[in-house]
Amino acid sequence: MADLTTTFIGITSPNPFWLASAPPTDKEYNVRRAFEAGWGGVVWKTLGSEGPPVVNVNGPRYGAIWGADRRLLGLNNIELITDRPLEVNLREIKAVKRDWKDRALIISLMVPCDEDSWKDILARIEDTEADGVELNFGCPHGMAERGMGSAVGQVPEYIEMVTRWVKKHSRMPCIVKLTPNISDIRKPAEAAKRGGADAVSLINTINSITSVNLDDFSPEPMIDGKGTHGGYCGPAVKPIALNMVAEIARSPETYGLPISGIGGVTTWRDAAEFMTLGAGNVQVCTAAMTYGFKIVQEMISGLSDYMDRKGMTSTVELVGRAVPNVTDWQFLNLNYVTKARIDPDACIKCGRCFAACEDTSHQAIAMKPGRVFEVMDDECVACNLCVNVCPVENCITMVELPKGAVDPRTGAKVTDYANWTQHPNNPSVAAE
Amino acid sequence: MGGSALSNSQLTPGVVPHRLPAAAYHDNFTDVAAPLDRHEAHVAADRCYFCHDAPCITACPTSIDIPLFIRQIATGTPDAAAKTILSQNILGGMCARVCPTEQLCEEACVREAAEGKPVEIGRLQRFATDVVMAKGLHPFVRADGTGKHVAVVGAGPAGLSAAHRLAMLGHEVTIYDARPKPGGLNEFGIATYKAPDDFAQREVDWLLKIGGIAIRNGMALGRDMTLDDLRATHDAVFLAIGLAGVNALRAVGEDMGHVRDAVDFIAELRQAGDKSALPVGRDVVVIGGGMTAVDAAVQSKLLGAENVTIVYRRSQDRMSASGHEQEHATSVGVRIICHAAPLAVHGNGTVREVEFAYTEETPQGLVQTGETFRLKADQVFKAIGQTLAGAPDGLALTGGKIAVDATGRTSLPGVWAGGDCAAGGADLTVTAVAEGRDAAMDMHESLQG
Repeated sequence: MADLTTTFIGITSPNPFWLASAPPTDKEYNVRRAFEAGWGGVVWKTLGSEGPPVVNVNGPRYGAIWGADRRLLGLNNIELITDRPLEVNLREIKAVKRDWKDRALIISLMVPCDEDSWKDILARIEDTEADGVELNFGCPHGMAERGMGSAVGQVPEYIEMVTRWVKKHSRMPCIVKLTPNISDIRKPAEAAKRGGADAVSLINTINSITSVNLDDFSPEPMIDGKGTHGGYCGPAVKPIALNMVAEIARSPETYGLPISGIGGVTTWRDAAEFMTLGAGNVQVCTAAMTYGFKIVQEMISGLSDYMDRKGMTSTVELVGRAVPNVTDWQFLNLNYVTKARIDPDACIKCGRCFAACEDTSHQAIAMKPGRVFEVMDDECVACNLCVNVCPVENCITMVELPKGAVDPRTGAKVTDYANWTQHPNNPSVAAE
Repeated sequence: MGGSALSNSQLTPGVVPHRLPAAAYHDNFTDVAAPLDRHEAHVAADRCYFCHDAPCITACPTSIDIPLFIRQIATGTPDAAAKTILSQNILGGMCARVCPTEQLCEEACVREAAEGKPVEIGRLQRFATDVVMAKGLHPFVRADGTGKHVAVVGAGPAGLSAAHRLAMLGHEVTIYDARPKPGGLNEFGIATYKAPDDFAQREVDWLLKIGGIAIRNGMALGRDMTLDDLRATHDAVFLAIGLAGVNALRAVGEDMGHVRDAVDFIAELRQAGDKSALPVGRDVVVIGGGMTAVDAAVQSKLLGAENVTIVYRRSQDRMSASGHEQEHATSVGVRIICHAAPLAVHGNGTVREVEFAYTEETPQGLVQTGETFRLKADQVFKAIGQTLAGAPDGLALTGGKIAVDATGRTSLPGVWAGGDCAAGGADLTVTAVAEGRDAAMDMHESLQG
């Protein structure tokens, strides 16, 4: 089995699977159980300043969306940072770290946006021997309205400023957690880098209303007839998170900045995908909240198996492997021609490919007697929708036309690589 | 010689009641397939792929839009699902219980091809129809009266289906039925455990909520009225008289005591309040290979018979009882012997043994091999098919049934026919419903003209 030991900004953990700062990491009891289950690290749920702790609502905190068989696809929450006294959290963090020296233990922080507040909290946590801090600039609800969380994370200048204070007043490695509730994720990442951050972690949760109660006409989760937007997470947000991770990983301004990938990681495969797009490790929350801490066992065995199959001996070899292949649309090869192929032996004759193509795409699938479905190459634009709606994996595949072959749809021969920047229909090319 | 209620057991010789402990009868004759609860229905509904031009719809004799009703269940609107079902098949509740779904919609389900486990269409249909029936909702409204009056003969599935559709379209309908209760085979011809809790009558009551339908029980065609009477007093007539005759064994001694028609046994069982009081043999032999044979055999076993054997003259795959039914029979301990034809019933006034000859299929047809065997029997049920009986004179017949065209028109003007008495079709409840519905639509068109 491949060794999954991962060193992220100088912090070594037995595997790259950390629990994100969230309800599962709110107290010693949970964190000890997480470490016993095998999690490589934990980002302790966000601490605030000393004083009366925040309060949470006393009605439902979570909303959800589900797929078939009530599989939880997306979760939203309106829980705030820890509502337990600071000194209790600090005592517990110290106790846990003393017993679990081989695991990463990071403390998430969110205090008011002034230097003294940050200086003070950093001094308070020094004694815990935690491995690092993560600055919570991401929470989109409750704290943002008090000038913290995503209220900071949405202003790159604030990110830079606070990061600078943290690096000035602490020797601990510093991860800046980014909110996705912005228009260009690269800007806050650049700000964090300028401020001296050792890494960024992303994504925090997305502003969301998961559903509306159609009897009471209130957003869910409903608190006494009202609802508010919460932070959305879980499998449904993974594509958004992957893109944001990739944008930072491939941007010249932030290239090489360590990234802790967060957002819908549910299986080993999700984790591997984040890592290939540049994440040095991943943080998990919703999957653990859905299935319990035990899921890390599948993540560990799955990633090890995959690395063995690929002949990789360290996670370092995986990190960033797909980054060079993330490009802009304009550089995609317009002479890469594929056609859908339906394997008649695998086909169960549901006809969903036909309905999708006929009703919403290019009328490129023929339905023949006996419910035999065939792709018409002279109509197929290779959109991939049939592949996506087919319930049988690998029943429909996209087959590449070899160079020199004639595309029956266009009548043109498949030729060498050429992209939009070279295409005669591109006005800027024509102008030359 | 009955034996006392307390001392009888499965081993008591003869045809006696009370073979089982009292509590066993309730368990044995309750719902054979438990209904899905709401959660189970949602899990089952989630498995539907919402196929294009779905094969299950094609396989359903009533062409219910199955993907649509399952999606309506999945999205929390079982009432709408029921309306989708009932608009095609007004007896969707009974069909959900008795349809051989494994040979119809569920056989065609693409998940049967994909995983060998189809979407549970029948059970989902029952879930949706049970919901509206429990609420007492009747989701159809009768059109304004047309002033036309249609006679329907037979209150079985075909007759009820036609009557409902005709009434919905605004016609006045009178159903004449020879039996004391409506329902036809749903009431008298189906194993008790398939439709317990008086479901057939509850369904009829629910169906009649459409209004405009009168039922006259105890009125047999040919005895209490003639077809000419009906034609004279109504604007149209729909014949759904079923198959009242029963084929004979043509074996020596078949008139001996405790040799009877399976259909009578099944009807008696259905109507009996206290199943424990029904006498049944220790060694029961059922002759035949259809649904009736299975229903009689299984229920004999459930009444406490020690040994129950179905004997069928051809190979097992030729049995008209579905594979599912055959499995059900063997699962309760019924033995199935194939390739054996009855030669003689032996006994001294009452049956003691049945003698069979082994058979084999040859290019010349089914022949007896010459080898014989005897089965111990103190009760024999004949289930070798029913025949049309009491068909009015003047109607053209084909293959022993009333000849009809695609929309149920008979050779007589103004007379339609459907269900088991009419030629074609599969002698299933669901095909009878389809035929009744389609004939009603054609009658409506004709009455409008």
